[in-house]
Amino acid sequence: MSSTQEIQTGVAEILEEVAGVAPADVSPEKSFTDDLDVDSLSMVEIATAVEDKFGVAIPDDELGNIKTVGDAISYIEKNQ
Amino acid sequence: MTSLRIQQGAAGARVLGLGAYRPRRRVTNDELAQTMDTNDEWIQSRVGIAERRWAEPDETLVEMAVAAGGKALAASGLAPDAVDLVIVASASLRKPIPGMGPLVAHRLGVNRPGAFDLNAGCAGFCYALGVAVDAIRAGSAVNALIIGVERLTDVTDLTDRGTAVIFADGAGAMVIGASDEPGIGPVVWGSDGDQHTAISIPEGLPHMTMAGQAVYRWATTKLTETLFAAMERAGVGPQDIDVFAPHQANLRIIESMAKKLGLPESTVIARDIVQSGNTSAASVPLALTALIESGEAKSGDTALVLGYGAGLTFAGQVLQLP
Ligand SMILES: CC(C)(COP(=O)(O)OP(=O)(O)OC[C@H]1O[C@@H](n2cnc3c(N)ncnc32)[C@H](O)[C@@H]1OP(=O)(O)O)[C@@H](O)C(=O)NCCC(=O)NCCS
Repeated sequence: MSSTQEIQTGVAEILEEVAGVAPADVSPEKSFTDDLDVDSLSMVEIATAVEDKFGVAIPDDELGNIKTVGDAISYIEKNQ
Repeated sequence: MTSLRIQQGAAGARVLGLGAYRPRRRVTNDELAQTMDTNDEWIQSRVGIAERRWAEPDETLVEMAVAAGGKALAASGLAPDAVDLVIVASASLRKPIPGMGPLVAHRLGVNRPGAFDLNAGCAGFCYALGVAVDAIRAGSAVNALIIGVERLTDVTDLTDRGTAVIFADGAGAMVIGASDEPGIGPVVWGSDGDQHTAISIPEGLPHMTMAGQAVYRWATTKLTETLFAAMERAGVGPQDIDVFAPHQANLRIIESMAKKLGLPESTVIARDIVQSGNTSAASVPLALTALIESGEAKSGDTALVLGYGAGLTFAGQVLQLP
């Protein structure tokens, strides 16, 4: 089990790797598409990277509900 | 029971020639933006397509297959009657009786070959190549002509921006022949039939629908192992790959695969999608032909190819360019 802070750091690492987002820009209230300029296909790659890193499953229909970094963190916390 | 004799074919097969047919009509993103709610920026950044070719009525599947097949035969230096197997891979033939193989062979002057159509969606060409190599190794054929041909515009709703911006038309062909020194590695193929609805023409509809994100996810996660397996079975590694020519479905899938494979800087990556769109079973031979014509790929280069699509199906192999 990772702590909330560890999860946020892990998500920031994935965002940097997949979409070139600067880790300093990543905080829970940020929207992936509106604030971090992550498009729907990068979201798919982020989802698979999150699955690998945290051992959670993110089906396509759940992915649509994950809009902010905070949504991702709480999804991981609930499902890990 | 009488025991039956079996035969042994050639030790291997190699590529002898390639050819392509690109429909006359170029369709730019700006042209599509005039009739549907899309734009050049979106298409280039999400899919990587700048323009595609759409076939006109006289550019039928058979005409395009004959044109590409004729060029591949000429490049191979073989006389048509040296060919004894013709496989036409396609997923867009709307009237499947009769299949195209026998007519295409006849039009090219190939004398009474084994001839048939093969539908494995966008993996069709690589499936056909695998079948042809195995036929040559089993002694059922000596020289084979394999053609991938599509008129996807016939099965696409050209007012639906979700698919119309992606799918296109064309034909690509390859002649292969028996050889003591193998120039085509074993095929690694498979299917995920649980996802048969991901790319399909639903009952009662004339056109394809596609679950884009599900296919994107599948392509960027599940197919890396196929690519590694194709290299392993051919006894090569990423550092040996001069040319990487996967199915041209989405430039971002191509780049993602190339990154996961850890290909060297020097590997030439096929990006024919930029000019040709997604031509399903025709995309791999079209992409290889484009690289040969531009001089980016050279004779003797080792290429890694992969087809994947409706089914869902996938097939890949390593081959040496003629
Ligand atoms: C088809 C594909 C490019 C669609 O991309 P996507 O990001 O999944 O597209 P979506 O339908 O989720 O749409 C994302 C956004 O772009 C918009 N959009 C969709 N299609 C568009 C188009 N043609 N032009 C402009 N905008 C478009 C949507 O309205 C949506 O906007 P929003 O986020 O503001 O609501 C992508 O899923 C893909 O390439 N998948 C793989 C397909 C494949 O490899 N097939 C193999 C066949 S052999």
